[in-house]
Amino acid sequence: MTSATLLFLIIGLGLFAWFFGRLKASGLKASGKSSRSALHSLPNYHGWYVALWAIVPAAIFMAVWSFVSPALITDAALASPASAGLPQGAFARAAILSEARAIAYGNQVNAFNPLSQSMVEPYRDAISYYQMIGAVAALLMVFACGVYAWLQIKPDLRARTKIERVTMLILLLASLIAIVTTVGIFLSLVFETARFFSMVSPIDFLFGTEWNPRAVAGPRGETGFGAIPLFWGTVFIGAIIAMIVAIPLGLMSAIYLTQYAPAKLRAWMKPILEVLAGVPTVVYGYFAALTVAPALRDFAVSIGISGASSESALAAGVVMGIMIIPFVSSMADDSIAAVPSAMRDGSLAMGATHSETIKKVLIPAALPGVVGGVLLAVSRAIGETMIVVMAAGLAANMTVNPFSSVTTVTTQIVQLLTGDQEFDSPKTLAAFALGLVLFIVTLLLNLIALRVVKKYREAYE
Amino acid sequence: MNDDQKMQEPSESVNMTDLATTGMTSDGGTPKMTARHVDVFYGDKQAINDVSIDVNMDSVTAFIGPSGCGKSTFLRCMNRMNDTIPIARVTGDIMLEGEDIYSSQMDVVQLRARVGMVFQKPNPFPKSIYDNIAYGPRIHGLATGKEELDNIVESSLQRAGLWGEVKDRLSDSGTALSGGQQQRLCIARAIAVDPEVILMDEPCSALDPIATAKIEELIHELRGKYAIVIVTHNMQQAARVSQKTAFFHLGTLVEYGETTDIFTNPREEKTRDYITGRYG
Repeated sequence: MTSATLLFLIIGLGLFAWFFGRLKASGLKASGKSSRSALHSLPNYHGWYVALWAIVPAAIFMAVWSFVSPALITDAALASPASAGLPQGAFARAAILSEARAIAYGNQVNAFNPLSQSMVEPYRDAISYYQMIGAVAALLMVFACGVYAWLQIKPDLRARTKIERVTMLILLLASLIAIVTTVGIFLSLVFETARFFSMVSPIDFLFGTEWNPRAVAGPRGETGFGAIPLFWGTVFIGAIIAMIVAIPLGLMSAIYLTQYAPAKLRAWMKPILEVLAGVPTVVYGYFAALTVAPALRDFAVSIGISGASSESALAAGVVMGIMIIPFVSSMADDSIAAVPSAMRDGSLAMGATHSETIKKVLIPAALPGVVGGVLLAVSRAIGETMIVVMAAGLAANMTVNPFSSVTTVTTQIVQLLTGDQEFDSPKTLAAFALGLVLFIVTLLLNLIALRVVKKYREAYE
Repeated sequence: MNDDQKMQEPSESVNMTDLATTGMTSDGGTPKMTARHVDVFYGDKQAINDVSIDVNMDSVTAFIGPSGCGKSTFLRCMNRMNDTIPIARVTGDIMLEGEDIYSSQMDVVQLRARVGMVFQKPNPFPKSIYDNIAYGPRIHGLATGKEELDNIVESSLQRAGLWGEVKDRLSDSGTALSGGQQQRLCIARAIAVDPEVILMDEPCSALDPIATAKIEELIHELRGKYAIVIVTHNMQQAARVSQKTAFFHLGTLVEYGETTDIFTNPREEKTRDYITGRYG
């Protein structure tokens, strides 16, 4: 019996448990003298009480069993006479065992190593044996716990309170999953980065200026893992060019929408801007690579700029900026709308014009919120991948010429990890180090931005 | 001013006659602002119904009445702050020294420089105390140099009775002051552009009694230099600070006259009921 069938069986039994729990509670209720004193909770809660008791312990047991049983299975397989012919070397042994296991589970059809084939039978036996034990134990638990809970049903059982507590636990679990996952990602990045730094010095990585990753060191011991050109490219595209485009346009569009646009126009312009924020970035990538980049190159050539490349920082940056506009605009929109109307009235009542009021009162008052929004936008821009992969190019140039090609951290991560790679060469591990740097920088930017925005919100509450 | 006044006289006298019956005229002093048959609509709803009133230079005029009676709405018409509400519509005439403030020749920016406003909640800009006061003079180009601007800031703060308290910290943020100080800062800010009329929309409703007393004292001192109109919920306050009182009810002006008359010997029964606290 496979785990999935078993799980469905347990859930099915849980439904029965629910039904019987409810039935018993209803019976108690009917036999009670006054409707209020008869039963503490509604029959439904009693049903859930029994069902949860039947399902949850068994499910937990199954989860634990699935962790424990592989080791038990391997031990059992090794105890069989067939294991006598296995080589003594741990590495070769492990390879044979894993192959045999794969065949036994039906994930693989043929063995490369004849020795593996001999181990398949013992494995099969062990697997069916332990699966049987697990299934029987789980079903026994379903019955035992279900019956225990069913016997518990008495008029004064506080089933409702208990169900409430379980509900709270489920919600807590749900909210923890995202956090735990993030921590897990962070830890895996840290470990891989530590492996990378055991091969390449962190100083060389963080402050080196030559990016040309190789698996083996060059003649003078250089490894080409200097990430400064990547950091520069990322900042140049994401924090400089994209922001030069996004900040003024986003701010001006927010000002128009909050201050000047008639209600009708705002009613359809704002949703359109928000829809733009949901366009897949790969679409922007096409636009950058196929339309903007060639046009910019032709323009650069026509005005005689040397070094113009068809994959330019400017094309990627401008398109990224356009992608970010809705984001900046909506953050600025919120900040401007949060400025109390008393400020605006105060300024207008002094005889200031509309635009003077915006320039001298609204924008300064909204500035912290706008700055927070811009920081969030920067953190998005530097983590953005698709546009730069398609339009920014791979050459790790340290240049301020926006028409030439630069590369970014995200582009290089994609480069390092695509294709068949060994996962223990510095070349691949460098991707994790880059990822960690990116993770920390965007995390810090987000932290600062959220703090700025929060502080600003407090100022007007 | 005199020329304007003369040109205005014929129509003025016509209005006087129909006002005489309801007693809306002011006696003594020159009317600084006159309103005739003013209606205000918010969309389809009429908020002000046929209000006519004169505001004098040498007296403080109080608008009293229950919540929602339209007194603040009417006040906001007097410097066209209702323009900021798209659905608001004003008909009738409101004159500032004989000029129709709703005519197309009237520049609303100029109007608001002449008719200043102080709001219910103190609303200093999130700038320094100095910049708060200098805001108006700067946008209207009233000062030619730094020194002149300094003078305007100092004299405005002095008139608002705030100079002694803030002269050593002019660069502090205006929002760091106490509520009462903020409100006096807002009055000083209004004074800084040298207006002719100051409209105050319940200026003490967010303040404690001591801060309120200071503002009332300030209103006493400013009387005569500016025509002051104050909207208030507090009848004692109206009695203390004003010489003229107008009682609004359901968007109409019920009674307008000397404060002492309104409070001791009102002509209308509604006014008497309100004054004695029978409703509102």
